[in-house]
Amino acid sequence: MTHDLSTLTAGRIRDGIAAGDFTATDMAESALARIAALEGDVHAFNEVTAGLALDAAARVDDLAAAGEPLPPLAGVPVAFKDNMNLRGTNTSCSSLILESYSSVYDCTAVRRMLDAGAVPVGKCNMDEFAFGSSTENSAFGPTHNPWDLDRVPGGSSGGSAAAVSAGMAVLALGSDTGGSIRQPGALTGTVAMKPTYGRVSRYGVVAFASSLDQIGPFSKTVEECALTLNVICGKDPMDATSVDMPMQDLAATMRDGVEGLRVGVVRDLMALEGCDPRVRACTMDAVEVLAGLGAEVGEVDLPSCMYGMPAYYIIGPAEASSNLARFDGIRYGHRAEGAEDVMDLYLRSRAEGFGPESIRRIMLGTYALSAGYYDAYYGQAQKVRTLIIRDFEKAFCDYDVLVTPTSPTVAFKIGEKSSDPVSMYLSDVYTIPVNLAGIPAVSVPCGLVDGLPVGLHLMGRHFDEATLMRTAYSYEKAAALDMRPPLASALGV
Amino acid sequence: MAISEEQVRHVATLARLGLRDEQVAELQVELNDILVQIDRIQALDLTGVEPTTHAAAITNVTRPDVVRPCLPRSEALRNAPEQQDGAFLIPKFGG
Repeated sequence: MTHDLSTLTAGRIRDGIAAGDFTATDMAESALARIAALEGDVHAFNEVTAGLALDAAARVDDLAAAGEPLPPLAGVPVAFKDNMNLRGTNTSCSSLILESYSSVYDCTAVRRMLDAGAVPVGKCNMDEFAFGSSTENSAFGPTHNPWDLDRVPGGSSGGSAAAVSAGMAVLALGSDTGGSIRQPGALTGTVAMKPTYGRVSRYGVVAFASSLDQIGPFSKTVEECALTLNVICGKDPMDATSVDMPMQDLAATMRDGVEGLRVGVVRDLMALEGCDPRVRACTMDAVEVLAGLGAEVGEVDLPSCMYGMPAYYIIGPAEASSNLARFDGIRYGHRAEGAEDVMDLYLRSRAEGFGPESIRRIMLGTYALSAGYYDAYYGQAQKVRTLIIRDFEKAFCDYDVLVTPTSPTVAFKIGEKSSDPVSMYLSDVYTIPVNLAGIPAVSVPCGLVDGLPVGLHLMGRHFDEATLMRTAYSYEKAAALDMRPPLASALGV
Repeated sequence: MAISEEQVRHVATLARLGLRDEQVAELQVELNDILVQIDRIQALDLTGVEPTTHAAAITNVTRPDVVRPCLPRSEALRNAPEQQDGAFLIPKFGG
């Protein structure tokens, strides 16, 4: 029997399996049926893992049959961005250079999801190596937004966002280096979270910019976001930057309300010219909802964050150019044929394997780190990073949560910005400072403009995910928006 | 700071990217468009500001110096484009 996964939550699935209302196998089959029905239009996946899903579901059903207690994500269909390793799958990063790369170990966050009973339905399309904001930079073709198939789902974790939005998976993981979880979350009407740097192990996610990357969840509701965060966070000996910091039971503390919570609207970022006034209005309406719930609302400026974009497009590519040096055609990945010597092998394997945006970023990063330019670019960008951190520290003296839109616009048309890298880079103007400062932030759906979702961007102090979840949950409950895309509601499965 | 065609070629060599001539020309235009945006931070006076290398509140993480299990050789070689005798095979190295 198939069920409509666009209306079932993770908690309901686990409880329904425990109560015998349905089985984990029912859930896996429902997800696979929905993928079969929608994937031709959406292209959210690089690989659908039906075998792994049915095996995992059978294990959950065995537990349930034996009357054992079920783990928190038991039987929940989940999808992973295709830069996260999982044995039994390929991990391509949507790049030709890794097209046939078969994972030899598991990403810690993925492993924690599976150990919590989740059922893996597939690996999701993305911008190549996470370089992009539209999922158009995939070597395997773009993902389409379930709200309007002519539009992008955002990026770089666009496949993960689209899969959850369309109900092809109940939860998904993405990675966020400058907004790659939150921006697609906003553009697809899903809840999308970047935890504090260090909260979630980065072991097994293919590195883009190691000082900025963080794994986080997509879900339809804040409660599922909180549940997933509790599952994936925590110290991991395989990632020295993961932190041993206790996390509260977020699904419990999120119900505490926002009475007296100090909410700061970031005035100067809200006023940016490139921000659609209707997106700005939607954001302010959401702030009014929080005020109506008892939050104290004020305004604050983050002047150094204006320089977040240029600093990010030095630091990100610099770290990426170093991380991507490993793709050399020697140990794994694409190897050019008939190379004369090792140098020829490097030059041709890399030029053949990397797509245009990857080449652009590697070039930019290598230039910024090269002799004579290091101080002017990389050194200067690192100092800007310090100023941005200070801006946030100051703002968090007066406020508990800071607010901007997640993205300055709603989802744009496929092809609209793909020939203009600079215009594409501006999609992440609100999300980038958060990665530079290492703080947590969440995007929560806050309405529609022209029938397309808008995201409310809530930023918090280091390791204060609890306050963000509390704010997001209070807003979501009060606003009570229906964020099912037309595509998902029209479908009978 | 504008980037010249010669610099594009030099950076491509440093990055081990064997670019075609038309790619070099395209990248020169694209990189200069991006550098116009980035150059805004050159105007900032950042004298006395300490650089930030990472946003994590941790330093010098170490673990006991003991041998731990690692990937078996066969698994490490599983994705190798070419292998021989349990090793990665490469073309001749140097002159």
